[in-house]
Amino acid sequence: MMGPLLIGLYVFVLAVFVGVEIITKIPPTLHTPLMSGANAISGITLVGSLTTATSGDTKISSILGLIAIIFATINVVGGFLVTNRMLGMFGSRSKR
Amino acid sequence: MSELLAPVVIPLLYLLSAVLFILGIKGLTGVRTARRGNMLAAIAMLIAVVTTLLELGVVDYRWILAGLVIGSAIGAIAAVRVEMTGMPQLVALFNGFGGGASALVAGSIVWGTIVEPSATGTAAVLLDGAHAAITAALSMFIGAITLTGSLIAFLKLQGTIGGKPTILPARHAINALFFLGCVGAGFYLCFVAVEPGQIALATSALAMLSLLVGVLFVIPIGGADMPVIISFLNSLSGLAASMTGFVLGNNLLIISGALVGASGLILTQIMCVAMNRPFTNVLFSGFGGDSGDSEPSEYTNVRSCSPEEGAMILESAQSVVIVPGYGLAVAQAQHVARELGDLLEKRGARVSYAIHPVAGRMPGHMNVLLAEADVDYEKLVEMDRINPEFKTTDAVLVVGANDVVNPAAETDPKSAIAGMPILQVYNAGTVMVIKRSLSPGFAGIKNELFERDNTTMIFGDAKEALQELVNELKSISAAA
Repeated sequence: MMGPLLIGLYVFVLAVFVGVEIITKIPPTLHTPLMSGANAISGITLVGSLTTATSGDTKISSILGLIAIIFATINVVGGFLVTNRMLGMFGSRSKR
Repeated sequence: MSELLAPVVIPLLYLLSAVLFILGIKGLTGVRTARRGNMLAAIAMLIAVVTTLLELGVVDYRWILAGLVIGSAIGAIAAVRVEMTGMPQLVALFNGFGGGASALVAGSIVWGTIVEPSATGTAAVLLDGAHAAITAALSMFIGAITLTGSLIAFLKLQGTIGGKPTILPARHAINALFFLGCVGAGFYLCFVAVEPGQIALATSALAMLSLLVGVLFVIPIGGADMPVIISFLNSLSGLAASMTGFVLGNNLLIISGALVGASGLILTQIMCVAMNRPFTNVLFSGFGGDSGDSEPSEYTNVRSCSPEEGAMILESAQSVVIVPGYGLAVAQAQHVARELGDLLEKRGARVSYAIHPVAGRMPGHMNVLLAEADVDYEKLVEMDRINPEFKTTDAVLVVGANDVVNPAAETDPKSAIAGMPILQVYNAGTVMVIKRSLSPGFAGIKNELFERDNTTMIFGDAKEALQELVNELKSISAAA
């Protein structure tokens, strides 16, 4: 009963440490791209939403799943694109 | 092959995706590798989505396709259209969608597993154990708060609702009440309710109360505290995704969510340190409206000069530091600021840009604006590195920044911003401040810098004043 929860907790705590280690090394110049990039990554909940809209009917669970997919996809696609756009500007020195 | 798919290949693909996410974020530690890092993270996401579809096997893809197409279109249009000055709004909005998605997934799971099949029993039993039920409730709670909190932050940043803190009477009591309501509804949902109808009711109540808590929690927070609150909401959206991962037993969601949660928390902490305010103070004090609306404070000994005189000061300076603030973003003055910087460099001066950590409305906002205007990122200098250099700087040009250059933070222990680290521009030979009027910044206090003997004000709109400085400098060059 407690097995999957404990494994999940281990994974969660270790991932937080990995995150802290990497993110403290990111320079302030890149904090906005970090934020929008991290934002896009939090759209990983898309994976969860895909599993909840697999019937194509109009049950409440499917409709909630559909909205979840739309929200998460906006987050993922928009987040990665806008981050890419911003980072392109940082590289503009070589362009000029 | 197919008997290996579910137990081996799928988990390994998820692991690959998690590794690529970590490598992607690692890429962001350097400007040169950042773009590749972002690509890696995007590839990781693609792998995750494809793996999930593979895991699902043959299902009805209509909703999935519709959702992916609609979401991609909206996201892409928003990402391409947004102005760099509007980046904080966009990030806040995307953030809200991420949190909302997590909450919706949890809601959908509750409906799909309990309410629709009319299963009888507590959620703790029906949802694969108590931990799944609790994390589902948490996912709904955190996700819904992130959704409405981010929407309010978006509206504040967009200027649709005022940046001034909206203070409700007895708001702490009201907030506590709603929060307890959420805890109660969550507990009832997980352990008490046994009829599908009761569970549906508890889930709806939890969702509604959480949405309200999100509104109430951001509405009292002032416009200038937005860097903190956006960072915090960012962290929450990650946490919500992690919780969804616990519900689904999916380690990839747990890992990715934890990374985002950590990132948001670190940024929150950096912002709080840069303002010398504990996080609880940002959340609960209702401090920090927007500048501009307040009454001008009493000033004596303020000197002002015309752009023509300002240009002459800059013209003779060997080293110039430009200090951009939120006013520069509002006036869209980043391009003309760069033009001025370039002009001064051509005349042989050393030009750099001093960036205070909380300048702008989100962490790193000024850096993005100046990058958009093609300012070399190596000329952007952080506070700790530039402060020792002000003593040898001939001229400082403050554009649309106020509290972050106020010496009262160091000299007046009773000041509202006492102890906040500032850019020590007062050490420079001459300080020029471009500002519309003498109205106070978000802290609502007078800026002693304006009264210093080496300070002179140039009154006017940031963009127009900078443009005039550029024009004057050009005519000086032409005359010489």
